Amino acid sequence: MSTTTETSQQSPRPQRSAASGNTLKAGQLPSWSRAATLAGSLAVSAVIFLVAGWNWVPVLLVAALLFLVAHSAWTFAVEGRRHGQDAFWGTVVWMAFLLALIPLVSIVWTVVANGAPTLVRPGFLTHDMAGVTGVQDRLAQRGGDLAGGIQHALVGSLLITLAATVISVPIGLLTSIWLVEYSRGSWLSRTITFLVDVMTGIPSIVAGLFAAGIMMVFFEWQSGGISGGRQTMGITAAIALSVLMIPVVVRTTEEMLRVVPNELREASYALGIRKWRTIFKVVIPTAISGIASGVTLAIARVIGETAPILVTAGVATGTNWNLFHGWMMTLPVYIYRQLVNPTAPAAPDPSTARAWGAALVLIIVVMGLNLLARVIARRFAPKTLGR
Amino acid sequence: MSETTVTPPETRNKLTGGGSAGRAGDKIFSGLTLAAGILIFVVLAVVSLFLVLEALPAMTAAPDQITSHQSFWSYVAPLVVGTLIASAIALVVATPIAIGVALFISHYAPARISRTVGYVVDLLAAIPSVVYGAWGYLVFGPALVPGYKWLHENLGFIPVFGQPSATGRTLLTASLVLSVMILPIITAQCREIFIQTPSLHQEAALALGATKWDMIRAAVFPFARNGIISAIMLGLGRALGETMAVTLVLSAGALTPNLIGVGNNTIPAEIALNFPEAFGMRQSELIAAGLILFVITLLVNMLARWIVSRYSEFSGAN
Repeated sequence: MSTTTETSQQSPRPQRSAASGNTLKAGQLPSWSRAATLAGSLAVSAVIFLVAGWNWVPVLLVAALLFLVAHSAWTFAVEGRRHGQDAFWGTVVWMAFLLALIPLVSIVWTVVANGAPTLVRPGFLTHDMAGVTGVQDRLAQRGGDLAGGIQHALVGSLLITLAATVISVPIGLLTSIWLVEYSRGSWLSRTITFLVDVMTGIPSIVAGLFAAGIMMVFFEWQSGGISGGRQTMGITAAIALSVLMIPVVVRTTEEMLRVVPNELREASYALGIRKWRTIFKVVIPTAISGIASGVTLAIARVIGETAPILVTAGVATGTNWNLFHGWMMTLPVYIYRQLVNPTAPAAPDPSTARAWGAALVLIIVVMGLNLLARVIARRFAPKTLGR
Repeated sequence: MSETTVTPPETRNKLTGGGSAGRAGDKIFSGLTLAAGILIFVVLAVVSLFLVLEALPAMTAAPDQITSHQSFWSYVAPLVVGTLIASAIALVVATPIAIGVALFISHYAPARISRTVGYVVDLLAAIPSVVYGAWGYLVFGPALVPGYKWLHENLGFIPVFGQPSATGRTLLTASLVLSVMILPIITAQCREIFIQTPSLHQEAALALGATKWDMIRAAVFPFARNGIISAIMLGLGRALGETMAVTLVLSAGALTPNLIGVGNNTIPAEIALNFPEAFGMRQSELIAAGLILFVITLLVNMLARWIVSRYSEFSGAN
């Protein structure tokens, strides 16, 4: 890409009848024109700011529009229509980038600035919310110590995500192996590929509904037709997350297996090695870095899911280590509950502080998993690939 | 698989060893992988069957049995409309910006910056939706209140800009939060495609004297059209099914054309708000709403595949 960046700036322009000076630069804007236009538009909008007394948001908007119009009009006048268009769209692309930065920077900044003070409090990671009542929160609002923490949510998130991984990774791996190595493009493989695509699009809340319902039906059947009500527990949430995770694992693994060069498989077959051993000893080791990083990314995706867990594992204030009994708290649900149902409705600030702290932890976990995926992909990449 | 790892000791080679055991291993392993594939098939069939079975009571119930004392369809229609409006606004806002950012990363930014920016975009795509929701609820919504007031005062004759909300928790805020959420997703997809544009095409265009924008129009966009469409559809699917951001941001109510005031709701938010306390007919209603959401996202996905397959022969990607 860097070559194109360079070339367009100095690309040969049609010769124009320049009156005097350097003929190579004839018909081109001087290099300072962009900076000058930018300074000019900023100055004009600053004047508007002083005269009309707007706040800075409309002023920046006006400056951006002024720059866009002035810069492309000037280029159009000096260099011609095509270069005018080029300047216009180039500016639009830069502005899109700057515009996109605003909310994204704002989110990261908000979470870090609000979350860090809570996170560094001693005990935030090692206490749960059992026994924390509105009384303590009202005290905290008036300057007391912030009670409670996120231990129960950390434990819940860890267990549920682990269970979801244990369920979905074998299924996902085996399915993609079948698709790549065994299916030979049969109608069944096309159907399964299609279904995996459909599964990718299942809204997370629908996955939650499904898991809640399937457990309800299963327990009713098991207990001989007596409805046991809703089975709100960790494993139900893990099933919901697996529905979301399996298609991601299948997709990434399939891609990774497909890029394993066929020569490797054929070399192995030529040595008389059976197919399943070829897959285990040759294909998977070659693709393992990509598979591992894909699985890590899938974990990072489901660990932040809120809605399916809200309708399957419920909410809790105490630490629950048992996936198969009782309600469980997870980090995303914790954030949600602290925001919409503050512990002390009249004094919501401590709850909000806890929510931001938990959000920071969640973001750190997700980012950490993403970084880990990158490291895995790089460190364990096959060394024998001759390209 | 465990029994097959025990190979007879007299075999010459560890890999080729065990004639019958190896053959059995092949059978077992291929059967196992096929079973996993079929399991996915079964799971999806069960999901659909279950949703339909649970939804049927609500869909066929008499109006007075439904919680809101109207027919199920008139209960769910406003939710569908709200979901579609929110996703449509999110898509209209996010798509041009996302394509711009993707172009910035692939063609405009200096090489050193572009790698970092691309990486940051990938990380942002991974931020959990509840964090976006919290930001929209506590930071972005309140920040938009003056803007909504201004819109109401100056453009209030348009029904869309009715009485503004004092908290900023409106459908427009929710849509904008959704657009911020799907922006990194669409950007990441588009960037992947833009980067893959054959450099020979690009250099040929530049060699003919094209400006950078001419080159992008002539070489990059035709190559990337399918990719852009599927990126948009991916973003739309995400926006349609997105629950927490809307649940947190929107102060829900009845359907109104007023986008900057209290009111409106989406299917996922309705389910998340009510399902934990629901039982009986109410639960069936919510599952039926979930089924409708599922069908809508399914249609969107199918449409995306159809568009991509329809244009694939003209793409020049080969």
